[in-house]
Amino acid sequence: MGTKSVELRSTGRARAPVPTRAVMADGVKLASLSCPAPLTTRDRILLGHGSGGKLSAELVRDIFLPAFANPTLARLNDQAVVQVNGSRLAITTDSFVVKPLFFPGGDIGSLAVHGTINDLAMGGAQPLFLSVAFILEEGLPMETLQRVVVSLQRAADDAGVQVVTGDTKVVEKGKGDGLFINTTGIGVVQQGLELSADRAQPGDKVILSGFIGDHGIAILAQREGLEFETTIESDSAALHGLVAHMLNTQYEGGAPLLARVARTGNSEVCTSGAIRCMRDPTRGGLSSTLNEIAEQSRVGIEIEEEKIPVRDDVRGACEMLGLDPLYVANEGKLVAIIAPDAADALVEIMRQHPLGKEARIIGAITDKSASLVTMRTTLGTTRIVDMLAGDQLPRIC
Amino acid sequence: MKFLDEYRDARIARTLAKEVAANTTRDWVLMEICGGQTHTIMRYGLDEILPKQIELVHGPGCPVCVTPLETIDKAIALALHPDVILVSYGDMLRVPGSNSDLFRAKAEGADVRVAYSPSEAVKIARANPDKKVVFLAIGFETTAPANAMAAWLAKRDGLKNLSLLVSHVLVPPAIRALLATPENRVQGFIAPGHVCTVMGYSEYEGLVRDFNVPIVVGGFEPVDLLEAVLMLVKQLERGEARVENQYVRSVTYQGNVRAQEVVREVFEIADQKWRGIGMIPNSGLRLSDAYADYDANRIFDLDLISADEPAECISAKVLQGLRKPTDCPAFAIRCTPENPLGAPMVSSEGACAAYYHYRRHAGSLTKIAV
Repeated sequence: MGTKSVELRSTGRARAPVPTRAVMADGVKLASLSCPAPLTTRDRILLGHGSGGKLSAELVRDIFLPAFANPTLARLNDQAVVQVNGSRLAITTDSFVVKPLFFPGGDIGSLAVHGTINDLAMGGAQPLFLSVAFILEEGLPMETLQRVVVSLQRAADDAGVQVVTGDTKVVEKGKGDGLFINTTGIGVVQQGLELSADRAQPGDKVILSGFIGDHGIAILAQREGLEFETTIESDSAALHGLVAHMLNTQYEGGAPLLARVARTGNSEVCTSGAIRCMRDPTRGGLSSTLNEIAEQSRVGIEIEEEKIPVRDDVRGACEMLGLDPLYVANEGKLVAIIAPDAADALVEIMRQHPLGKEARIIGAITDKSASLVTMRTTLGTTRIVDMLAGDQLPRIC
Repeated sequence: MKFLDEYRDARIARTLAKEVAANTTRDWVLMEICGGQTHTIMRYGLDEILPKQIELVHGPGCPVCVTPLETIDKAIALALHPDVILVSYGDMLRVPGSNSDLFRAKAEGADVRVAYSPSEAVKIARANPDKKVVFLAIGFETTAPANAMAAWLAKRDGLKNLSLLVSHVLVPPAIRALLATPENRVQGFIAPGHVCTVMGYSEYEGLVRDFNVPIVVGGFEPVDLLEAVLMLVKQLERGEARVENQYVRSVTYQGNVRAQEVVREVFEIADQKWRGIGMIPNSGLRLSDAYADYDANRIFDLDLISADEPAECISAKVLQGLRKPTDCPAFAIRCTPENPLGAPMVSSEGACAAYYHYRRHAGSLTKIAV
């Protein structure tokens, strides 16, 4: 491999082009290849490490898991569930670096509440308390901070959680992007309730709660240099109400979603029974979430393209930008894996809730091609739904 | 969605596939040129619904894939220069050069910006007069007019701090090169609809005449491609060789004349190296002498070494349609989109990457003839 360093001098004036060494005198020589060497070692953090795709997974696997190894962490769920004095506590943390700070359908403040609540809710937890840490850039207008704080508090009120502790740091101008937020959430989980991404079994159904891609496209449409007009709003919302409705509603004519098991004494214990796991498909989109579940449960997942709801304007924006809605972020949707005999009933129950009106079965867990997500296309053919390495990139044509 | 759903309609697609089957009496090898078309074929599994006798092989029409290693190395070197802002189409950022890629350069402090349009590079140059802005101007005939426009605007407005690092490739010379090789198996081509929207399709008439091969200008949706296959099969079965236009909603015979004028004013035809293939005479564009002051290759001193290639990569054979990506022993094992060994795995529209993303699952490749 040529490893000689490159010399670069800007002369600022025209000069003769450098002759290319590989010029072939006798015209076309198709056997001559010019392939690159693989870049296997990653010695620096790239933006893609924060995309929620394969690079993020590598970081967790190679750096964080070996360092912090413990059984709770090893489950790799969106939240940790731990036993403390007989109670089951769910803990999660999330940082928010969204740009722009304010976007149609929300802002960084409400998002910081919704994101953390949703990570708790996906474990079946009732969210109770939040911590909020602000990293502020020198020069940030006070009015901006005020707006974000008011929005954050309103979102917490609406969700019935309290911000009980916090922290503030200020970094020099140019060292931050206006405003970053970290929130940590604590909630309680009923005894016996076990929702985990390693519980999917062949035959189970995959339920999606609504339209995908709204948040990602709403954000993209606001970004500098991408001037297209759209009325798409972020779907940013707290999902714990929908989850509680799913877990607590009894239905007729089937096994209860939560099996009630008598325990010693007077206490009655719930088990998650039919509901195997829930995930909110945020960054990396629906595809990353399904790939994570397939990977952790060592099963295949087959979804059907025509059952996946995408709004027309989101589809249109994706076509224009060369993006696939399956990889675009959501902030108010959930995926549930559920036993086949309870799936239709759960969809009905979800549709009773405002955030689950568009709930539907989009596919099933299979025992073929373990850890692989496939999609039946509208033409009846089958293709893979892969996890991306990093962010989806705008394509040249 | 209008103008989209009807071209993805499953009923129409299946009817077309049946019609192809009804018209096919023997084996035919067809090549779609454009990476966008390859992407659609893999994404919708069109090869699964076509009769066994139709073998689709995938051409060299992914502009990201065929951009030479030297150009990537130059872009990285320029980007790492403290005075330079490098502006690029998004999917170039992950393409590996000899030792790095633009994402890594960015992580090392380079100012690399993603643009949807070359006019954004002009805006960035205006907004940063103390910086040298370099636009990585790559692509086929499709992006040439917009890229040319950036240089044209810079010259008109006397912008001194914008230049273009150009690596432009042309489709007809590449088809000619493929047809001229003794190993060629391709019997009919689907020409790229976007390229022909700009250029029209008169320049394919010479190829049809010289090589007696049918060429159909095709669109990018499943129905477009199936219809283009049907048009090719009908010609082949009758022993005809003509240029036909399937993509009539976008392509005219003469193309976009004004766009062609801008390209002719700013660029001139030159020999061009294609990554994974090699040098093809008169198959590229470079800035003409009148635009020398906007040519990054001429205003920056870029002394570079070209890299050796892993012998394992069979990209030249894949890009000529002689082999399938899945024939390669390194495919999906030592060569993946994260760590590509060769050109067709580099961009999402490269043939190997399309197979990797959509078709590497067991069982689905059985129908594809090898």
